[in-house]
Order: sequence, then structure tokens, then C-alpha cells
Amino acid sequence: MLLTLTTTHRPATDLGFLLHKHPDRHQRFSVPFGEVHVAYPEATEERCTAALVLDVDPVGLVRRGQGGFALAEYVNDRPYVASSFLAVALVTVFKSAMAGTCRGHEELAATAIPLVAELPAVPARGGERLVRRLFEPLGYAVEVTPVPLDDAHPEWGAAPHVGLRLTATTRLSQLLTHLYVLLPVLDGEKHYWVDDTEIEKLLRRGEGWLGDHPERDLIVRRSLKHQARLVHPALATLAEDDPDPEAGATGDEAIPTQARRTALREHRLEAVQGALKASGARRVLDLGCGPGALLRRLLKDDYDLVVGADVSHRTLEIAHRRLRLDELHEAQRARIALWQTALTYRDRRLQGFDAAALVEVIEHLDADRLGALTANVFGVARPGTVVVTTPNAEYNVRWESLPAGAMRHPDHRFEWTRAEFATWTTAVCAEHGYAVVHHPVGEVDDEVGAPTQMAVFTRAGRSGAAGVGGATGATR
Amino acid sequence: MRIELPDPSLVVLIGASGSGKSTFARRHFLPTETVSSDVCRGLVADDENDQAASEDAFAVLRYIAERRLAQPRLTVVDATNVQRESRKPLLELARRHDLFAVAVVLDPPASVCHERNALRPDRDFGRHVVGRQRAQLERSMKRLRKEGFHRVFTLRTPEEVDACEIVRTPLWTDRRTETGPFDVVGDVHGCFDELVLLLRELGYAVDPGARTAVPPEGRRAIFVGDLVDRGPASPAVLALAMSMTEAGHALCVPGNHDEKLARKLGGRNVRIAHGLAETLEQLAGESAAFRERAREFLAGLVSHVVLDGGELVVAHAGMKQAYQGRSSSRVRDFALYGETTGGTDELGLPIRLDWAADYRGSATVVYGHTPVADPVWVNRTINIDTGCVFGGRLTALRWPERELVSVPAARTWAEPARPLGETYAPSGHGTDGEAASAGAAATGTTQDGAAPSPASASAGAFATAAVPRSAFALDMADVAGRRIVETRLARNVTVREEQAAAALEVMGRFAIDPRWLIHLPPTMAPPATSRRPDLLEHPDQAFDEYRAAGVAEVVCEEKHMGSRAIVVVCRDADVARERFGITDGSTGTIHTRTGRAFLEDAAATEEALARVRAAVGAAGLWDELDTGWLLLDAEILPWSAKAGDLIRRQYAAVGSAGRAGLGATIATLERVAARGIDVGDLLAAERTRLDHVERYVAAYSRYVGDVAGVEDLRLAPFHLLAAESGVFVDRPHDWHLERCDRLAAADPDWIAPTGRRIVDVADDESRGVAIAWWEELTASGGEGMVVKPRGFLSPTAKGFAQVGIKCRGREYLRIVYGPEYADPGQIDRLRSRGLGRKRSLASREFALGVEALERFVRREPLHRVHECVFAVLALESDPVDPRL
Repeated sequence: MLLTLTTTHRPATDLGFLLHKHPDRHQRFSVPFGEVHVAYPEATEERCTAALVLDVDPVGLVRRGQGGFALAEYVNDRPYVASSFLAVALVTVFKSAMAGTCRGHEELAATAIPLVAELPAVPARGGERLVRRLFEPLGYAVEVTPVPLDDAHPEWGAAPHVGLRLTATTRLSQLLTHLYVLLPVLDGEKHYWVDDTEIEKLLRRGEGWLGDHPERDLIVRRSLKHQARLVHPALATLAEDDPDPEAGATGDEAIPTQARRTALREHRLEAVQGALKASGARRVLDLGCGPGALLRRLLKDDYDLVVGADVSHRTLEIAHRRLRLDELHEAQRARIALWQTALTYRDRRLQGFDAAALVEVIEHLDADRLGALTANVFGVARPGTVVVTTPNAEYNVRWESLPAGAMRHPDHRFEWTRAEFATWTTAVCAEHGYAVVHHPVGEVDDEVGAPTQMAVFTRAGRSGAAGVGGATGATR
Repeated sequence: MRIELPDPSLVVLIGASGSGKSTFARRHFLPTETVSSDVCRGLVADDENDQAASEDAFAVLRYIAERRLAQPRLTVVDATNVQRESRKPLLELARRHDLFAVAVVLDPPASVCHERNALRPDRDFGRHVVGRQRAQLERSMKRLRKEGFHRVFTLRTPEEVDACEIVRTPLWTDRRTETGPFDVVGDVHGCFDELVLLLRELGYAVDPGARTAVPPEGRRAIFVGDLVDRGPASPAVLALAMSMTEAGHALCVPGNHDEKLARKLGGRNVRIAHGLAETLEQLAGESAAFRERAREFLAGLVSHVVLDGGELVVAHAGMKQAYQGRSSSRVRDFALYGETTGGTDELGLPIRLDWAADYRGSATVVYGHTPVADPVWVNRTINIDTGCVFGGRLTALRWPERELVSVPAARTWAEPARPLGETYAPSGHGTDGEAASAGAAATGTTQDGAAPSPASASAGAFATAAVPRSAFALDMADVAGRRIVETRLARNVTVREEQAAAALEVMGRFAIDPRWLIHLPPTMAPPATSRRPDLLEHPDQAFDEYRAAGVAEVVCEEKHMGSRAIVVVCRDADVARERFGITDGSTGTIHTRTGRAFLEDAAATEEALARVRAAVGAAGLWDELDTGWLLLDAEILPWSAKAGDLIRRQYAAVGSAGRAGLGATIATLERVAARGIDVGDLLAAERTRLDHVERYVAAYSRYVGDVAGVEDLRLAPFHLLAAESGVFVDRPHDWHLERCDRLAAADPDWIAPTGRRIVDVADDESRGVAIAWWEELTASGGEGMVVKPRGFLSPTAKGFAQVGIKCRGREYLRIVYGPEYADPGQIDRLRSRGLGRKRSLASREFALGVEALERFVRREPLHRVHECVFAVLALESDPVDPRL
């Protein structure tokens, strides 16, 4: 890993004073994860470049028992890209320079000088756009060079890292501090355990610039991120090549779309909450509850029992934590339960409920496995009311950020048009003795309908199918 | 006195303190059979006489008794039990477990009790206690039978107590000692002529005039009930069944029609419907003595029978596991009518429960009651009522052969409420008519009446009927939580709860239809680490290990640098339907080692299967293996077809970063050096690193190929693991590879043969040849080879030798251990590898995978197959170093 710092301030060799590293020497430093070298490829009156070479020991990176056993632990880009390793190397080797202290050259240290920082491989989660959004507000001229993934396979496109060149007239300590804070932000990971002291460190290093930075929230969020990818090694082993399920949650790709999606999600939960309430149920199931967004709402309503079920044990742990179940009083605690279940298996525990919700669940199942879910939910569990939501594929053309023909989530196995959804709901009703009413959820577009479609099934022989939906406007 | 106790049952001793209950219990029962209130007081309060602890003590007593009855085991309750309130929960226990409660009352004179209590210093309560207890007993005596005790025995003197004899008799339903062989005959409903034909087909000597039949040597008939009603000759059928039963040639369980007729003949008022009128008319032609004999016979029938060491249960409408071998009115109800919730649905019909779909018992249940077009196995249950009286067939199941034999109806004797063969889903709700019980369904057209031959025998349970969905319903209870799976090869394999939880997510979200998922391949361990300077793995260690395990010959098979794939291919969609229960027209599956579809697109899968099918046909394997399906263990090439995303995201990204980072570093250091500053060591080191990265890029690049469609893939099969005729882990690899070669020869453009070398592990020359081959394979970047015992499964003292050891090449390992692993500074630190866990895992997974196939080949229920496959996936969630 390489970082070069160049100045054209005269005399340029003063850079050696600022860095406390002699321009004519090759100096070595030891860090826990390898070695750091500092040497100068150029040192003249006009122009001086200091190079920091970080040699990360790849075998040393593998710390048994701490991480887990995902392949990524062994074959990874850590030795080659600018990450938190480089940040730690910077603060170790250029400690005084970063602090802006320079005995004998206090004035120089406090002066803005022309500086260029170059890095050949900076991991950029969020792409060039994010690189610019992070550095440009701080006054840098930003040059981003894409790196091909594999020269032999140009069709594979660019690598997830870029070449980066930052130019500015600024104090060296500022530049180093910015690199120290922002390189790990771009990477989105830290090699060490992020604890409470990290907040204090961030506040100290960010003094004077972070508060006003337009991407402040993102910087803080990513800086304090826990090492989520190491959380559940067993699952990571099994999950083969699935994208990290939590990665989507921090997606910073397209902020406007994100906001719209958030609004839609809230709207959808509200609609489902309303439909469940209108059914008059006392005992309700949230099938595929995820981390518990709907459960949180349902707990505020007057139910005797709310059960969240999900196929993922890890997700249920998150829900358990977010709903603060350990802190509830006994009477409250007795109203909620979280169960691991797979809807392709029959589960007798799910019998005897008044209502069930399947919010954005069915599209995560292969179409040929949907029959098992239908049989188990409508045939075995048989709640009086079943609320199902799923994306309306027709509406996808209205999401600007969604490439044509793409689905809204990488794990979606299908997305249905309104007609396809209706075909399914009709078949379910015929087979299992339910009646159904469809509701659009979200802003209704004249041409393509609403972004989400919701079906409210009512078991034959029960009343209450009518009157559900309210403001969303029922259509049969 | 002779005290007859049904075994199992709940024996309640009743008597005042000092009446001799504990002595009696000790003399006649095992210490473990007796649950004593005194002992339980001791257990909870360290004092057998602490009356304050009674409530807790009785809770413990009832709990122990309850668990014993659940087993079920004969259980004796040793407590005074003189009060009705204390007996009530015990009776409730027996009832809940469908067993009889028997009261044994010990009521010696008060003086005897006083005397005995006086000898016990810990019993310092006053005499009045005994007096009160005896008074309470006195009041109870008359109503004990009424309270619900099946029998009451009273012993009034110490002499009587001493003289009594205890005799244990098995329950009437318990005929486990009778081992058959049997011929279980479905609902006859008065179809005498067809019964005669069927019995003759089964080899019985029948005399229709005398209404008698004699079975072939050793065999016996079992009638599943509904001998009468609707058909033309109910009395003749009854007569035959009675004579056979009396002669010991047959057993009979009652059907609901038989039971109703018995009540009618016994003078009870019943509704004359559903064919009873015809039967009564026919009976009018018989003598009064015959009618009385028939009444007696029918009234004496026991609800169901458990036979053949507990392997076979016969009941008219089925019998769930919890009721098997037990006796109560609800057990009898179940036997006669099947299971209902007791409620009625929107249409007023009883809501039936799909007991067969839920059935997880180990005994096979043969039943009738609901006419079906074809008998279908559902979780070790089979309904053999093929609706003879409705113009279907009369069917028998031969036990233990499990063969079905049937004769067609001479004509339609009665009109069914619904046509035979009409589909109904046994979802347990709604639409089933009176004739339809849950648990079985008939679908599609059948050969009813079309077969001109007098008898059609069909061996094979899935002969013609589509299997109802309920036969494949899997329950959370089949997979969740800690489980112990019995396997033939590795005995018991334990799956921990958290392993199951992890596997559930993968199975629930990603796996293919469980009906296709009958196998998952095991993981494979590498050899002990080589001590050669630049290698981690070398064949020498594998050869040595097998030699130490007593394996003389091994086969080395080339690894193809593809992805592991399991291919199940059927000859046609009919086989898929009949054998796998798949009705969507697909003809097989290709899945990964974690049970995911290998190809995302179903059409592509079918295209690939068509090629495999053609090759199997051309190679003559359908006939040779006498099968309509087979399962291949294979690699599919190129690796990038399945792992393309992984290669780009993980491997290429690392290579790209390495090249960019190290390239720039080297350029910079060269400039430093040009200034006369000595960075020689560092520069050399960085150049070496870049060289490693370049080799690493070359290593993964070999696994990349352009795949536009199925024709760009290559299949490299190496095991022909299973077919209808067996699971072939007992065949040597020569056998497997020879057949795989034939497949490759049949489609050389698409199916690749597997290179191999046979090695005598004790012969250096033989080893040398294989090692040279391995070096050749790996020098050009090949993945390496797998070394296996030539005979496949190779028994050792502790089980069986590893079924394969992979020896991977130096270059290939870069994509496993990281680009720079082979650097002298790194490789030595990688040599300590713990292999024990990986090997144990490989063996357990192999045993489970084979078990799954063996169960499937034995036609065991899906949940039994799935249990094993699920366990493989669960074990895979264990954190084992993935570099191994």
C-alpha cells in the first residue's frame, strides 16, 4: 500500500521537517499488522515527494478465533488498498505532523502549502461520486482514476477501488487528518473493533471541519460501524455468495430514491397495520418479520398476542434487540414472541391466530416453492385474515434509479404485475376458501398503479372483509 | 385371588396407612414401576413424612406416572388414594394416555394397620388418622368402578394379600408377537365374489359354498373392516371372515359399518342408511343363530391391532402413533372414523385432520375406510380401500412384501358419493364429503375396469397414482432443534440446535424443492500437510494415510476445476411424478452442494437434463440398472459458470488492487533508488509480491470461461451414486468411472471423462507414476486430484476410511490461501492445520448423504429423507477452516 505526499512549497524539502522524516533516508517502522517504510522518490528545492509504503503481512491478518471462517478472511484486498490499516499507519508514523506540531518550524506547520496526495488503490464504496462528495467540500481538487477489474476481461468493468489524487493548498496536518478519517469511511470497514472511544477520536479529529461537512451523517455512521460482516461466521459460510443482507441498509447510492423508498416502506407498514386492526384480530402473526419494523407498530395496538416469525435466526436476534424485549415488563413481554420458522415447512405453532401479515415476503421465495408457503399459511395455519404485500412490477419504470427490467432487491425471485398478483390471490382463495380484496399502497399512478400491492384475504365464513382499507381505496 | 392386570396400565393402590401397599408393591412390581408418594415427599423435602410437602410431592408423582404412561409402561401408584379427589387426577392421567386404570384395594382390619404403624417410629401420627382413612375408603368402595377404574380388586386380609397372584396380560390390541406374513384385505362391503377371487389370487384355497378359505402355509388374512353394507352378499362375506377368524386363518378389525350393524343386531336403534338396509335384507335370509353369531363376532372386534413386533398396525380408518396399541373410546373412534376436530366447517361437514400427513411413526399403518383410486404411501401409511363396491377394485397388501394385489369389481354395486378418482386435496378442511377421509387422495384417470385380466398385481407403491401433496408436507418438527439422525454408516449423527437454525435459513430461502433434494455431497478433507518446502499438499501424505488405514489400492481422480453438482435425472416426467411426486413436468434436478438450483433457469436445467438423459440412454444404463432415474455426483465446468460473481467480486478485485498498489509502489521505490538511497531489500520484496499476485491472477483466470448457454458447460460425472436398484457406495470406483466413461463417450462434446490412476500405496513405483501425473496436472495450474479407496467404502476398525482426500496444486491454493501464501516467509506459518474436525465432518456428512439415498431407495417418507439432507446442511454450518 502506497501513499505519496508531494509539495511544491519552497523549499520543498521542508516537507521532511513537517513529517519528521529525513528526505535522504529510508526509514522503517513496525506496526502490529506489518511494516511501514518512508522514503523520498524526489527531494528538490522545487518539489519534494514523501512515499509511505505499508507492507501488510497477509498471514498475520488471519487471526484465528476472532473473525470467522469466511473465505474473505484469507483472500482479500486488505494488503493492497488504502484502508483503516493505512489510517493507523499514518497516525503512528506521522503523529506529530498530523497534530500540526513541528519544533523549530511552527509557522510552517501552521501554513497552508500546496500539497498533492496520491493513492493507487482506494476502496470506494459509493463510487467516484462519494469520493468527490467527501473531499470536494474540504477544498480539494479531486482526480479519480478508475482501475480495471482484470485487464484480460475488459467486459468485467472497473474494480471497486480507484486511483485517487487530491490537490489543495492546505496545512499538512489537515490533509493527514482528512485522510485519516475519510479513507476508512470510503472503505466502509475498520480492521479493529470499534468501541466507544472511537466516537471521542472522531470528534477530536473532526474538530473544525466535520460539523459542517455536508456528508457528516454518513461519515459518522460509517466511522462507527461495527464489524457486521464478522458477526455471524456460520451463516457467512453457508450463504455462499449472497450479498450481505445488511449492506442494503446502509446504501448511499441514490439518496432521493432512498427517501422515496423509506416513505413507501412507512406507508406500507401503515396500510398493513390498518388492515390488521380492521380485521378485529386479537392474536396476530407477522410472518417474515425481519428486524421488527411492523412488530414495533403492532405492539402499540391492542392485541393479546403478537408473534414475529422469520427464517433467519440472526434477524430475530436483531429484532429482539431493537424491540428491547429484555427490558419489557412481564405483562408486555407476554404479548410478544419471536419464532424462527420457514414458511415452506408446516409449523403447528402458527395455528389458532386471527390474522397474519406477509409484508414483502412472497417475492423472496422461488416461484416453485410458493405453493408450499401457500399450503402452510392458508391451508395449515389458516388465520381468519391474511394480509399480503408485494411489489407491483409495473411501477418499476417509475423508479429512476432502477435499471430497466431489474428488480427492486437482489434477492427478489420475481416481481408481479397487478394481473399476476390477482391470478395468484384468486387461486389461493379458490383452493383454501378465502375471499380477497386488493388495495394499492403508495401513490397511485394512472398508468402503472401503486408501487406496492396489498391483498387482504378473509377466510370464508368470517365477516369483516369489507371496510378494510379506508383511505387506500379498495378495488376488487 | 388372581389379579389380572392389562399391561401397560395404571395400577392404583388404595389403602389406609399401614395397609401394606408398599410391601405389596415391592413383592409384585419392579422398584422402577412403582411411584410412591412417600418417596416423592423425600425427593422434594428430604423427609418422607413431611405432610407439608404433599402438594409438591404429588406433582412429582403425577409427572413421573405421566411420563411412564406416555412410554407406555405399567405404572403402580403407591399412595393412600382413599379420597376421591386424590384418585381423580390419576384416572385423568390414564384417560389422557388412553390406558386402563386398575384399582387394587388393600383393606385389612384397622388393628393390622395400627400394629404396622407402631413398628415404624417415623409414623407417629395418632390412631385417628387410620380410622379416618378407612372411613374414607369405606365411602369410596362402591363407586370405584363408576369413577372410571377398569377393574377393582379388593384384598381384605393379610392372608388374602399373601395368597394373591398377579397376572399381566397384554392389551387386546397388542398382537406384536404375531409376525405374519399377512395379507391385509381392504373394504369388502359385501362383495363376496371379488373377495373369493382376491383370496385365490393370493393363493388361498377357497370353498365359496362352505364360505371358508384356507391360506397358503404360514400366511393369514387381515380384514381392515367394513365387511358389510352396500354390496350384494354381506352375510357370505361375514360368514367367510368369521370362519377364517375362528380357524385362526384371519384377523379382523371393525369398520364403522360393521360396528353399526352390530349395534342394530344388538337391538339398538340406528339410522338405516348407507347400505345397511340391503345388509339387513340379506341377513333376513340367514338363520337367527347366524345373526346372533355375527352380532357376537362384530361386537367382539378390537379397535385395531399392532402386529409383527410393532412394525405393522391395521385399523379401519387409520391410527395415529400416539394411539397405537392403546385402548379408549377415542382410540376406537379414531379407528372407526378417522380423526376430526369435532367441529364442522362452513358447509356443515366435519373438519377432518390429515393424520396421515402428520404421521411420523415407525410402524406401518394399513387402513381403508375412504375409497381411493389407487393406494398411495403417505409417511408409512397406506389406504387400501380401492372402492370395490363402487366399481373399483378389491385390494390386498401383502406383508412384509408390501406388494399390492387387486381384483377389479365385477360391476358397480353402489354409486359413490363422489366419483372415484376425483381429485381432492386432503388439506384437512372443507370440501370432503362423507366418504372422504383426510390423508389420502386420488388423482387422475386410472385403469379402473379397463384391465381385462381377472387380477392385476402391481408391485411398487407409487404405481400409478399421483402422490398427494400432503405426502410431502414437511414439518418444522422434522428439522428444528437438536436432533439425532440414525445412519447405517456412522450410527448416530447429532445435529445441534444452532446448526439446525442456520440450515433452516438456507433451506428455507435458497434450496430447491425438497422432493428433488435426496442427497447432498459431503465435504472433503485434504491430506496431512506436506513438509516439502514450497508445498502444503502432496499425494504422498494421502497415500501414507490410506496405507495406515489398511487400504491397499487407491484411485486418483483428476479434479476438473469446476463446481460440485448433483444431477438427478429421470427417464421421463412420468417417473418424476411417480417416484418423486413432481407434477410440474420437470424431469430432474441439478443442484449445488448446498441444495440450490445450479442453473437459475428451469428451461436451461431441462436442456441440460435432456443431454444427460440421452447419454444415459445411449450408455444403456436405464436397463442395466433397472431404473427410471439415477443420481450422478459430478463437476460442472467452468467454475465461472456458477462462481462468476465470486470470481469478479472477490478474486479479480484482489488481483486488481494488488497489481495497482504494488505496481505503483515498485515504480516509486525505483525512483527512490535512483536517488542513491538504498531500498534494495524492500524493492526486491515488493517485486516478489507482485509476481505472486500475477500468478494468483493467472490461477483464477484458468477457471474462467465464457458461458452463453448450456452448450458451453461441461459435465464431468465421477460417481453414479444411486438408482432404483440401489445406492452404489459398495461398488468400486472402477465400476463408477467405467459407467461415467460410457456417458462421456455418448456425448463427448458435453460430458467429460475423468482421468485417473490406480495406485498400490505400498509400491513406490506405482506411487511415483501417480505423483508425476499430479505434478503434471498442477504445474499447469490444475486444481489437483482426489485420492479415494479403490473399493469406495473401506471399512476400518472405527468405521470407514475417508472416502476421498483432495491433493490440491500449489498454484490453485493461491485462490484459497491468498495470493502470497507460497512465499517462504508465509508458507511455514500455514503448515499447522487442524484436520481432525474436517475429517470427522466429512465422514458424518458422507454417512448422512448415503443414508438419505438409502432411505429414498427404500421408499421411506420424504421427511425421513429430508432429515438426513437437512443434517448435512446443518453440519456444514459448523465453523471449520474453509481453506481445508
